[in-house]
Amino acid sequence: MVTKTVDFSARAVEALHNARLRGSFRDAMDDLIRKRLDHFRDETLFRELSGEGAAIRARALSRLPELLEQLERKLVSNGITVHWAEDAAQANETVLKIIRAHDSRRVIKGKSMVTEEIGLNDFLETRNVEVLESDLGEYILQLLDERPSHIVMPAIHKTKAQIAELFARKFPEIPYTEDVDTLTATARRVLRDAFRSTRIGISGVNFMVAETGTLCLVENEGNGRMCTTIPDVHIAVTGIEKVVEKLADVPPLLALLTRSATGQPITTYFNMISSPRREGEKDGPKEVHLVLVDNGRSDIFANPDFQETLRCIRCGACINHCPVYTRIGGHSYGTTYPGPIGTVFAPLQDGLKERGELLSASTLCNACTEVCPVRIPLAGLINRLRAEYAAPRGNVKDAGSGRSWKEAMAWKLWSAVYARPRLYQRLLNWGLKHRDRLPRELAPWSDSRAMPVIAEKSLHQLVREKSEADQ
Amino acid sequence: MSTARENILARLRAAETQAPTFDAEPQPPPEWGMREKRLRFIERMEAVRAEVIETSADDLATVLASWLASREVRSLLHDPGSRWAEMLHQAIADGAELPELIAFNREIELWKRSLFDNVDAALTTTLGGIAETGSLMLWPSADEPRSMSLVPPIHIAVLEEKQLYATFAEALEQQQWAEAMPSNALLISGPSKSADIERTLAYGVHGPKELLVLLLRDEDEEAS
Repeated sequence: MVTKTVDFSARAVEALHNARLRGSFRDAMDDLIRKRLDHFRDETLFRELSGEGAAIRARALSRLPELLEQLERKLVSNGITVHWAEDAAQANETVLKIIRAHDSRRVIKGKSMVTEEIGLNDFLETRNVEVLESDLGEYILQLLDERPSHIVMPAIHKTKAQIAELFARKFPEIPYTEDVDTLTATARRVLRDAFRSTRIGISGVNFMVAETGTLCLVENEGNGRMCTTIPDVHIAVTGIEKVVEKLADVPPLLALLTRSATGQPITTYFNMISSPRREGEKDGPKEVHLVLVDNGRSDIFANPDFQETLRCIRCGACINHCPVYTRIGGHSYGTTYPGPIGTVFAPLQDGLKERGELLSASTLCNACTEVCPVRIPLAGLINRLRAEYAAPRGNVKDAGSGRSWKEAMAWKLWSAVYARPRLYQRLLNWGLKHRDRLPRELAPWSDSRAMPVIAEKSLHQLVREKSEADQ
Repeated sequence: MSTARENILARLRAAETQAPTFDAEPQPPPEWGMREKRLRFIERMEAVRAEVIETSADDLATVLASWLASREVRSLLHDPGSRWAEMLHQAIADGAELPELIAFNREIELWKRSLFDNVDAALTTTLGGIAETGSLMLWPSADEPRSMSLVPPIHIAVLEEKQLYATFAEALEQQQWAEAMPSNALLISGPSKSADIERTLAYGVHGPKELLVLLLRDEDEEAS
C-alpha cells in the first residue's frame, strides 16, 4: 500500500530534519555502495555484464506476450495453476479466493514488493485473514505497523535500540537486549512455529523462466524457502514483466542482482521452483499458484518511450546511489518503490497528477543510470517525465498536469528574448546597469542558497575587451 | 479471470516492441583447473562462515563422526539408500560413535513437529558445486526431500570434487538442467543469514545455523 504524494515535500522536509534517520541512511548507503564497488571495480567487466543483463531483459520484453503464454503452458503442464490479474483489486481477490478455497484464516509471507504494491496485507486483514510477514526486516516492520523504506533492506531506517525496545515490548518474557543474535533467535523461534503450523505460504518471484516453467527466488534468510516448502499451498505473486526466455538467461541476471543489491557474489539461497510436490515426494506444497499481476505494466509496455523501465530487476542499486534518497529516506516518497526507479515507475503507474511532484526528487546527477545493471537510463527517463509533466502532449497519464501558466510564460519570454540577439543585448545592458536594484531574493530558490553577485560586465564584454587588448 | 488474461495479452500484443541491441556477448567461463576451482570454492564458502572439510570417501564416516561429536549432535537425518549411508552404517557396526540416524521415510505432514523440534542435523548429497560463488547445487528428491537442507539447524552436504564447476552457467549447460527441471532445485551458499537489524550480520535466521561441506577429493586426479 502506498500513501498519496500530496505531502511529498512536507514528508521530505520532515525527514531532512531527522538527524538520526539521515545518519541511518547515510551509513547504510555508503556501506552498500562500497560493497557493490568491490565487485565492479573493473569498469570494463561491469560494462560487459550489464550489457549482457540489459540484452537478456530487452530480448524477453521484445517477446513478452508470447513468453507469458509459453510460461503459462509450461507451468500448467508442470502442475502449477496460473492466474492473471489486471489490477490490484483482481490480484487481491484471486489470492483471497485461493485462501478461502482452503478454508484458511492465516497465511505466512516471504518478502514481496508486488504484494506491497497491491496492498495485499491490508486487504486480507480486513477480510479476517491473518497475515504474518517472515522476512526479519518485514517482520519487524509488521510489529511496528510500518512500511518498508527500501526494497531490499526494508527496515534500514530502524536502529538496533529501536528494535530491542520493540522486542522487549512484544515479548515481555525475554529480557531487553540489543544483541542482534539474541533478537534474531527470538524471531526465529516465533516464526518457526508459524512456518510449521500455517497452511498457506505467499511469496514474490525474482525471475520466471518461460522455457522450463520455473519460478526463481533470491534470498539469504531461508524464510522464502520456508514459505514455499513447508505449507500445503504456495501462492506466488509477481509482475508480468519478470519473465525471461530461457534458463541460461538466469545466471547473468542472478550475478548482477546480488552484486548490485548487497554486494554479495550470491545470496545464501537461490530457490528454483518448477512444480508442486510430485508423486512419491515427501514434502513441498501440494498446490502451487502463480498470480501474474499487470497493474499498469501493460500500459508502460505500450509506451515506447518508457518501455525499458520494465527491464528492472529490483536490485535497488539506483536507490542506494541516489543522493536525494540518501537524504530524505524511503518513506518520503510515499510509493512502494522509492528512489529513482520509483520516481519513474510511480508516475507511469498512477499518473502525473498524483505522482508528478516526485519528479523533483532527483538532481539528475546520473548516478542511478551509471549503476543500473540492466542499463535503464533512469535520469533520462526522469527528465523526460518532467517534460511530460509540464507540456500537455505525449502519452503519459495526466501529461501536462504540472503545467503552470506563469512558468510557461516565463520560458516563452525567455526563449523569445534568446532568439533575438539585439533585444537580448539591450536587456542585458539594462540589467547590468541596474544590477544593484535587481531583487536580492528569489524564493524558494534563495531560501537555502546565497544569491550570486552579478558582475559588472557581461561575459561578452569581457571577451571582447580581452581580445581587443591582445591585438 | 480468463478475461483478465485476454485483456492483458491483447494490450501487450497491440504494443510496439523494440529490441534494442547491446554490445555484450555472454561471458565465457573462466578456465580454472581443479586445484583453482577447489581453492576458490573453499575461500568463498569460508567467507560466509560455512565450514569445508577436505576428506576422502574412505574417511568420510570417521571425519563426520568426530565433527558431529564436537557439536553434540544427537540425531542425524539422512537418506538410507545413499552410498554414504552404507558407510555410516558400516562405521556404526565397526563401533564408531555416531548419532541416531533418522530417515525421511514418511510425508512431512506426519512428523512436522518432530522434524522441526527433534532433528539436530541432516546429511544430503549434492549435484555439484560452483567455484566462482562458493555454492552447492541440490536437487531435492523423494529420498532427500527439500526440507532436509532447510529445517534442521545443521546441514551437512557431501560434495565430490570432480563435480566442481567454474560457474553456475557452466553447470547448467553441462548438466543440461533445462532438459528436465526437478520440482525444486537449489543453490546453497552458506548458512542462513540476515543483515536486517542495523546491517549486523546474524546467522541462522530461519534456515540452518551451520553448514558443513564434506569435500571429497578426487583420488584419480591426485594419482595422476
